[in-house]
Amino acid sequence: MPEPTTTSFTFDGDPIEFVRGQTVGAALIASGRLSWRTTRHAAAPRGVFCGIGVCFDCLVTVDGHPNQRACLVLARDNATIATQEGEGHDLG
Amino acid sequence: MRVAIIGAGIVGACAALEAVRAGLDVVVIERGSVGGGTTSRGEGNILVSDKAPGPELDLALLSRKLWFDLGDAVGAERLELDAKGGVVVARSVEGRRALDALADTQRAAGVTAESLDDPRTAEPLLAEGLPGAVWYPQDAQVQPVLAAATFMTDAVRLGADLRQGTEVVAAHHRPDGSIRTLDLACNGGTERLDVDAVVNAAGTWGGTVGALLGAPVPVLPRRGFLIVTEPLPQPSIRHKVYSADYVANVAASTEGLETSSVIESTRGGTVLIGASRERVGFDTTMSPTIVSTLARLAVELFPFLAHVNLLRVYRGFRPYCPDHLPVIGPDPRVPGVLHACGHEGAGIGLAPGTAALLVAHLTGADAHADLGLDPRPFLPDRLLDAMEGAAHA
Repeated sequence: MPEPTTTSFTFDGDPIEFVRGQTVGAALIASGRLSWRTTRHAAAPRGVFCGIGVCFDCLVTVDGHPNQRACLVLARDNATIATQEGEGHDLG
Repeated sequence: MRVAIIGAGIVGACAALEAVRAGLDVVVIERGSVGGGTTSRGEGNILVSDKAPGPELDLALLSRKLWFDLGDAVGAERLELDAKGGVVVARSVEGRRALDALADTQRAAGVTAESLDDPRTAEPLLAEGLPGAVWYPQDAQVQPVLAAATFMTDAVRLGADLRQGTEVVAAHHRPDGSIRTLDLACNGGTERLDVDAVVNAAGTWGGTVGALLGAPVPVLPRRGFLIVTEPLPQPSIRHKVYSADYVANVAASTEGLETSSVIESTRGGTVLIGASRERVGFDTTMSPTIVSTLARLAVELFPFLAHVNLLRVYRGFRPYCPDHLPVIGPDPRVPGVLHACGHEGAGIGLAPGTAALLVAHLTGADAHADLGLDPRPFLPDRLLDAMEGAAHA
């Protein structure tokens, strides 16, 4: 049996299919999502802008870790990806 | 009287605003863009805490006052000027004793300083068990690029002529040796500018610019790295926090690498982590070793930082003078040339006092009477004998 070429993670609870080697950002765009976060102050929509890890616009929370760049993080099977709220950290 | 100011960093921009306010005809010549050199490579320190009593502390106290006068005049928000205060943390019992002794001498010189048994009363996220700290309410922070741009904008509004992307390529002198014209290069063309005075505000490149004017000064680059973290919820780190060994690092003259912790948060929520010092020329090579050391030292002071991501690292070159004092004032070798460079890591904080001293020199005012500051320790003369000696060695 060949290894299945598509698999999926969840984004805010929705299943998102991806091709092995795709980044989280690429898979989100392929699912029709162009933005998945809003800015902290003006609440403006943000998704992939530079696509190469420089601009930090495409941030998501991956398995509980905030501020991950969707354009760099490889999609993993069964990962739990979520919209990042604010800074994503709670300093207590 | 036409004054050409070479360099639109924080010192050149502040000097331009003060000079145009004093009624001078001001042309600012900037090779790159406003605030694009060393001004953009620091944290925006306005510190009195890291200076032992002496001329630099006197200039720092004057400049601290002038920063807030400027804040009132142009709008503190246009500078992101923040009287946040500084906390200097001792890492050992002996370190605390030395820190308290320094604070005693600083208090005698007009600095407000309060010894803290528990640094966490001022800075709750600090590590437990640190032996003590000193709280310096006069320490402040500014966004230096924003401040340079604000000063330059206001100077231009008042009539200053700003030439960006323009380089001074030659200087011509009168028969008596005084400065007469500058040759400027811009967009492949050249232009001649008649001047009555020239201010060398070229920061780390002040040595080169001085030499071009016939008035070399010994300013050398001292490299520093800074780490920027991801934005954190505010307030995270409330003040400027640094370890007491920073004071010794600043005052040292070694070429080799020195590291100590300087940590603070910015208006945007990011945390800036420094500071390293080394004399390696204008080498911009990234050093993972230095970055790792700065990160480790920072986590020792603020353990929560271990779980925070880094966004990026930047580095720059402080304008280092061999005796750690800026060079401010007329050059005795070339009438009409004044220096305002060599502030090492303190140029942001010292910019307004430097600008005020310069304008006093340009207009013939009495700095001692008007500003309460003795201008003599900053004059270039002190450096020239040593340079002469080096030239003949």
